[in-house]
Amino acid sequence: MGIRFVLLVNKQGQTRLAQYYAEHLTLDERRALEGEIVRKCLARTEQQCSFVEHRNYKIVYRRYASLFFLVGVDNDEQMEYTYCGSFTHGRSKQFSSVIAYVAMGAVVDVIAYVNELAILEFIHLFVETMDRHFGNVCELDIMFHLEKAHFMLEEMVMNGCIVETSKSNILAPIQLMEKAS
Amino acid sequence: MEQLKTIGRELAMGSQGGAWAGQSKEFLDLVKSIGEARSKAEEDRIILREIESLRRRIAEPDVPRRRMKDYIIRLVYAEMLGHDASFGYIHAVKMTHDDSLPLKRTGYLAVTLFLNDDHDLIILIINTIQKDLRSDNYLVVCAALTAACKLINEETIPAVLPQVVDLLAHPKETVRKKAVMTLHRFYQRSPASVSHLISNFRKRLCDSDPGVMGATLCPLFDLITEDVNSYKDLVASFASILKQVAERKLPKTYDYHQMPAPFIQIKLLKILALLGSGDKQASGQVYNVLSDLFRKCETSSNIGNAVLYECICCVSSIYPNVKLMDAAIEATSKFLKACPSDSHNLKYMGIDALGRLIKINPDIAEEHQLAVIDCLEDPDDTLKRKTFELLYKMTKSSNVEVIVERMIDYLISIDDNHYKADIASRCVELAEQFAPSNQWFIQTMNKVFEHAGDLVNSRVAHNLMRLIAEGFGEDDEGADSQLRSSAVDSYLRILGEPKLPSLFLQVICWVLGEYGTADGKYTAAYIIGKLCDVTEAHLCNDTVKAYAISAIMKICAFEIAAGRKVEMLPECQSFLDELSASHSTDLQQRAYELQALLCLDSQAAGNVMPLDASCEDVEIDKDLSFLINFVQQSIEKGANPYLPESERLGMSGVSNFSSPYQQEASSHSLRFEAYELPKPSSIPVIPQPFISTSTTDLVLVPDTTYYRENNQASKLIVGPEASSADAGIKLRLDGVQKKWGKPTYSSSSSITTSVEKTTNGVVAHQDGIRSHSRDTTYDSRRQQPEVSVEKQRLAASLFGASASKTEKKATMAQKAPKGNSTNAEKSSVVRSVSPGTSKDKTAPPPDLLDFGEPVPTSAPTIDPFKELEGLIEPASALGPLYNTVKTGGDKAQDLMALHMDTPPSVSRTSLSLASEGTYSTDKSSYTEKPMIAVKKGPNLQDALHKDATARQVGVTPTGNNPNLFRDLLG
Repeated sequence: MGIRFVLLVNKQGQTRLAQYYAEHLTLDERRALEGEIVRKCLARTEQQCSFVEHRNYKIVYRRYASLFFLVGVDNDEQMEYTYCGSFTHGRSKQFSSVIAYVAMGAVVDVIAYVNELAILEFIHLFVETMDRHFGNVCELDIMFHLEKAHFMLEEMVMNGCIVETSKSNILAPIQLMEKAS
Repeated sequence: MEQLKTIGRELAMGSQGGAWAGQSKEFLDLVKSIGEARSKAEEDRIILREIESLRRRIAEPDVPRRRMKDYIIRLVYAEMLGHDASFGYIHAVKMTHDDSLPLKRTGYLAVTLFLNDDHDLIILIINTIQKDLRSDNYLVVCAALTAACKLINEETIPAVLPQVVDLLAHPKETVRKKAVMTLHRFYQRSPASVSHLISNFRKRLCDSDPGVMGATLCPLFDLITEDVNSYKDLVASFASILKQVAERKLPKTYDYHQMPAPFIQIKLLKILALLGSGDKQASGQVYNVLSDLFRKCETSSNIGNAVLYECICCVSSIYPNVKLMDAAIEATSKFLKACPSDSHNLKYMGIDALGRLIKINPDIAEEHQLAVIDCLEDPDDTLKRKTFELLYKMTKSSNVEVIVERMIDYLISIDDNHYKADIASRCVELAEQFAPSNQWFIQTMNKVFEHAGDLVNSRVAHNLMRLIAEGFGEDDEGADSQLRSSAVDSYLRILGEPKLPSLFLQVICWVLGEYGTADGKYTAAYIIGKLCDVTEAHLCNDTVKAYAISAIMKICAFEIAAGRKVEMLPECQSFLDELSASHSTDLQQRAYELQALLCLDSQAAGNVMPLDASCEDVEIDKDLSFLINFVQQSIEKGANPYLPESERLGMSGVSNFSSPYQQEASSHSLRFEAYELPKPSSIPVIPQPFISTSTTDLVLVPDTTYYRENNQASKLIVGPEASSADAGIKLRLDGVQKKWGKPTYSSSSSITTSVEKTTNGVVAHQDGIRSHSRDTTYDSRRQQPEVSVEKQRLAASLFGASASKTEKKATMAQKAPKGNSTNAEKSSVVRSVSPGTSKDKTAPPPDLLDFGEPVPTSAPTIDPFKELEGLIEPASALGPLYNTVKTGGDKAQDLMALHMDTPPSVSRTSLSLASEGTYSTDKSSYTEKPMIAVKKGPNLQDALHKDATARQVGVTPTGNNPNLFRDLLG
């Protein structure tokens, strides 16, 4: 589950929207992270899969026209393997390796795994929602209505969890707010 | 076209700003210049200029509120683009007080983006949040709750907690939903502060609104992850919710690409996977709904596959069920055999799924060996790494050499430290567990150290040293010493390398010190010389130097003990001198110790540094019994006897009043006593767990009860396999395959699997004989794609005997088409299922769960989107026109969207209509319908508006960044 950040970056590497969850990075950290990630994603071809690992994040990205939508998720898989085996070589080699194998399996089960495809579709849902609101949404719409794009994201994701996926529910508060003002 | 353009302009003029109305000229200018910035440097210049002007103007008195909002958003831009805008934070905080909702929400948004939750300004917002939580306007309440999620820290939770709890019962569902999530956030921050409120989450699960229910799954997931057992009672509820969701009982607005509320389904599956893990009874309640899902999931859409993947994960986590396993395996092979488009994503998911399933049944990897090897050799790094993960999971002693070799090759080829460390630790782990020979182990470790030495955990180095010292535990001293001398040989060779990581040097020094001269192949002088070279040739730190000097000391001691004379080499002497003058006291001491050792006679030296004694336990005489005589003598000479601390303290109060200092001490002692009371009880308790853990060094210390449960579960898994052991693994597969064709399959579960299996086994036998002709066709077909010999060899080494079996099968089948039905052949029957062969079968009854064969009855898998597109085609004829209007005849349309489902000329309008159109056909009562009709028109107008406004503002589509106008949805 744990979404760590949502980033919109265009092909030139310019950030168009950035929202971080669960942690507050300093400006420099953010700059460095965004730069590294964008470089990594830009280097990939269209045939390659839409997932990249970076540091302790797994990044799911999707490109629309010239805009990249990137979602960073906890890379639990990485933690899974940070040494579950003990020094089992020697003495009862076979026996202990069986135990180690089983125990590792248990660790894998316990930890929440990322469903990358679902995140990929979540991105699409976000774009569809913006499209419904702005009509033929383009990069400039997001730039001119940065706060609204943020509001939509606020409705969809809280504490790094996807909480709302019904487009009409997401847009209702924003439309009401517009009407009122 | 000209006409359209002018209409657009007029429209824009008329509405003064069109789509982007309500923003100031300056803001539009800023966005325009950022949008057209060619480089990061240019963007930085723009923002710095902007910050300067904002700094001046934001502080002006009486800035109108609307204008202030504008400023704040410009500040957000500045921060987003990496520039400090802290001078404006306070204005964002002030804006949260505003009465107007859009301004308030913008203020909250800016504050959440700017401030860390321990920022000093937060304290100024608490009051506002409290006030807003009491507001009559539920949108204000929502805004406050959203902000609370991000801004409230552990200390301020109590300030808003009661209000948030009250809001859980708010009449508006959005408020309830946000209150749940706020409480979730509080739980994340400080579980203790809300521990008494956890029952609220259970209550909200039954909320009448599906949105609230869906949101509640997030905190419940966290809670269940922490403590599974307390939530077992909810299994039935979760399963029934999932069933209802899958049966489209939720409002249509939750549908996404024809899937009913897929994101909620996924969350439920994750929870059920946790709850069912290793629990037969809980899993039993999930089987039905899971098999329903397998049947219903559409494999043509991404989201369908996402749900399917989640089902596979769930199946691999819960107590295994044969039918579900089969369905999961089937779905996984679909992923792996995905057709070219988008295939990399699916392959990635397939590899991951396979990694989960082989934990339950290691044999299924065989079927996909070639797909796995393709992924391993794919240029896509992500896919490659995922495949290594899979290989890691399926490593056994028969294939460890190939796998680790591949991993090391990969390790050498990459330069990302994060990845390197990860792969290196896996190599080490596999080598430690499955090493076929000592020689191999040492060589492997050498390679890992050489290429990723500084990234390896130092524990690994210690393990290696221990291994070399202890040998392999067999009572064969000869083998051990052979191991050691081969290690020494390899290290002496490696020392010639120019750059070695420090950790590796430590290992080398230690081994050379202990065993360099052990087999008599090398002289002491040679080894000492090498050790001195190490410290000179490699820029080493104090630790390596310490290892080196200790090694030299050992060699000297061995030489002296053996009665030989130690000649001090000049380089060794200079090294010694250097260390004697070192700033590090540790190094100094070692140097002096060595010098002292050189003066000892042979027996003493032998006692100080006994030969090959690194594994001997050093005995420590805690009672210091050897001092008793000395103490006795001293007491006889009139010394004060030693008193334990407790006695000393006790006495000081009673007998010694002599000095004020001691009185002070006594007062101390009084205080001490008060605190010391609980001590006796705690002391005996603590050491016990330590002792117990240290004795069980073979078992991975199970920290939680959870592990233990899982161990049991995994052992239990073996059960069904063992029961069918007489049928043989291949037979079992066969039986499984046959079962696919059985019409009884789709009926509800709880059929005893063992009975079924044997009957299937029999059927399979007959089938095996009948299907020989099929075998041949299958094999010849298989040969056709010409899998390279190298790949086959790799497959054989990775997947063990199975691959060679395949080859054997191939020849056998060709030679004798009606040989006796061996198990091996039957395994190919399993694979021979294909559209071609299924036809000559005597029409098997259609099976609902079978994805493997495209059964004609399930033929209408034509993409409804595509169909609708066709229908709307005339409408979308406007598309190209409008497109050219938008881009102003710009030909530079080089960059098409990656995920475009439609040809570029079809405008997005038609697509969105298509999807919404299907909604409306699905349910005519769907309320969106009138909206679409309205939308149809304005969409085009919108675009014209946008274009015109952009021109007004001065953003020309032909500028530096024409893509600014590109429809995101293509």
